[in-house]
Amino acid sequence: MINRQRLSLAALCLVTVGLHLFTMLTGTEFYLTQLTMAAYYGLVIIGLGVLMGYAGQISIGHAGFFAIGGYLAAALTTSNLAAFQTVWAVRWLSGLGLLATGQDIYGAPLLTVTPWAACVFAVAVAALVALVIGVPVLKLKGHYLAMATLGFGTIIYRIFLASPYFGEADGISEVPGFILLPALGGFGPLVINGDAAHRVLNFYMAWGVLILGMGLLVNLINSRVGRALRSLHSSEEAAEASGVDTARFKLQVFVLSAVYAAVAGVLLTHFNGGIGPSEASVMKSVRYLALVAVGGMTRLWGTLIMGVGLTFLSLRGVFGTYDDAVFGVILIMVMLFAPEGILSLRLKPLFQRLFLGARS
Amino acid sequence: MSGLKETPIPASQQASASASLHAAMLELCRVHKRFGGLHAVNDVSFKVAPGSIKAVIGPNGAGKTTLFNLITGNLPVTSGTITFRGQQVQGKKTHQIARLGMARTFQNIKLFHGMSALECVMVGRHVQSRSGFFAGMFALPSTWKEERAIRARAMELLDLLQIADLANAEVTSLAFGQQRAVEMARALAADPALLLLDEPAAGLNIYETAEVARLICMIRDMGITVLLVEHDMSLVMDISDEIVVLSFGSKLAEDTPAKIQKNAEVIKIYLGEDDES
Repeated sequence: MINRQRLSLAALCLVTVGLHLFTMLTGTEFYLTQLTMAAYYGLVIIGLGVLMGYAGQISIGHAGFFAIGGYLAAALTTSNLAAFQTVWAVRWLSGLGLLATGQDIYGAPLLTVTPWAACVFAVAVAALVALVIGVPVLKLKGHYLAMATLGFGTIIYRIFLASPYFGEADGISEVPGFILLPALGGFGPLVINGDAAHRVLNFYMAWGVLILGMGLLVNLINSRVGRALRSLHSSEEAAEASGVDTARFKLQVFVLSAVYAAVAGVLLTHFNGGIGPSEASVMKSVRYLALVAVGGMTRLWGTLIMGVGLTFLSLRGVFGTYDDAVFGVILIMVMLFAPEGILSLRLKPLFQRLFLGARS
Repeated sequence: MSGLKETPIPASQQASASASLHAAMLELCRVHKRFGGLHAVNDVSFKVAPGSIKAVIGPNGAGKTTLFNLITGNLPVTSGTITFRGQQVQGKKTHQIARLGMARTFQNIKLFHGMSALECVMVGRHVQSRSGFFAGMFALPSTWKEERAIRARAMELLDLLQIADLANAEVTSLAFGQQRAVEMARALAADPALLLLDEPAAGLNIYETAEVARLICMIRDMGITVLLVEHDMSLVMDISDEIVVLSFGSKLAEDTPAKIQKNAEVIKIYLGEDDES
């Protein structure tokens, strides 16, 4: 079982290289930009996949966690603290090496939080919010949990949309690149940004993060904790009787999936150079949910493939202005014809049923 | 049952220090449970001696299952105390009580859909293992050994229950009796000190019931105390050391099977009032 999963991870690495080679050979390297973005969205989707498919807890608020990560990273790395240099807190942060100096386009001094510090802070806040929200909300089940998380998502959306600090409807732009590793020896710096010069590097970093994230989740679902999550999905009563602390495990996996969403938010915001309120919208949360469903709730690989694939098509504009409508239709079709995910479909009988009338 | 391996199962290591050999494994003291105006369990007290088989019987609606749910922490008691291995457990959560060495089976089987029989039993091993989220995600070497041990123990138990060949079958695809066996294996995987069986023979034919009787005695011989609710009187009379009779939530009698069979009040509630004479 676990070996098959390792093989799949290796195959995913090959697919990554294959995608790069394909774009190189066909002269379509501009695809790499959307593939990079799709990989980050993929991270949100597999995190949600473990929460929904394995632990059986629904969330229609995951765009909220993505936005908390993205917005905090953006705000911290763009707010100029130069005017507050004398304030003790700023000096203290500076002393810890958490602030970076620079110049804005007019040559004025710029003092901002470094992307690393902002990233850690943003993800920590998302985790904390998930914890605080999760304790009361995860006591709910089914429809009630869905509605509560929907409420959470709406609140986060309105907060970012309304607050001037987060740029209201404009969002935050001119977010600097995220230097993961400074230049070392013959290698250039490992930086997440949208420069065409760094496109290939960014593609590999994004897919590397996705593969790493997937590997960790694969390990998790095949572990003692993974079994406990699946057991509470099926029967909380029996899981409790077997000694599984269901409330704690639900909370932990909720926080974990929020962290995945927040990390994706941070990295994608640096890659895009900004973030807007649409990233926090409920429609985004519904889309993540639809993609988990399309992939098949309990099939993490299906979730990954369909999530990244459909997100890529959407980002390429294949669905045009009907984008959100397409995802709605996909959700309905999946629920009707493939409740266990697209990859579970046996296509021949389906086509027979659809086009030749019912046979069996 | 000749092919059975008599594997000794060590009683759970998490015994509380205060639980001496002489103390009861489980002691209920004046336990009440009210649902609104209904006294589902009314002032029930009894003890379960370590290493014994005790049965709770009574007509439908007597409060047997409610009593089980109170003992396992599924329902809170209205008043009274429940002492398990020297610790008061009323008010504790189900998983906390399970951790103290209590395992159970369910009247209407509750297995984990989508899992194989082996995986189900491995979940039962939860309390005897400790790898957490972090260790699981990073597949730390410490988890490998534990995982192997969990798997080995689960296989051993499937073997004990003679369903080792079904280890990889999806649990929902199994026959009723086999599902019962998987549930029993899952409960035993916790190495419990006390095993609660909720109607272990319900829906089984007489041969299967005889097997269950032998199995329960074997479990007792492993050093596990058994408390069961059962309707099958021949099973209860055959294997129990002591019987508690409930009627309308109250304890009617508590005695050895031989004496219970002669108890006029018990006969009355089971056969009805003799209004002819």
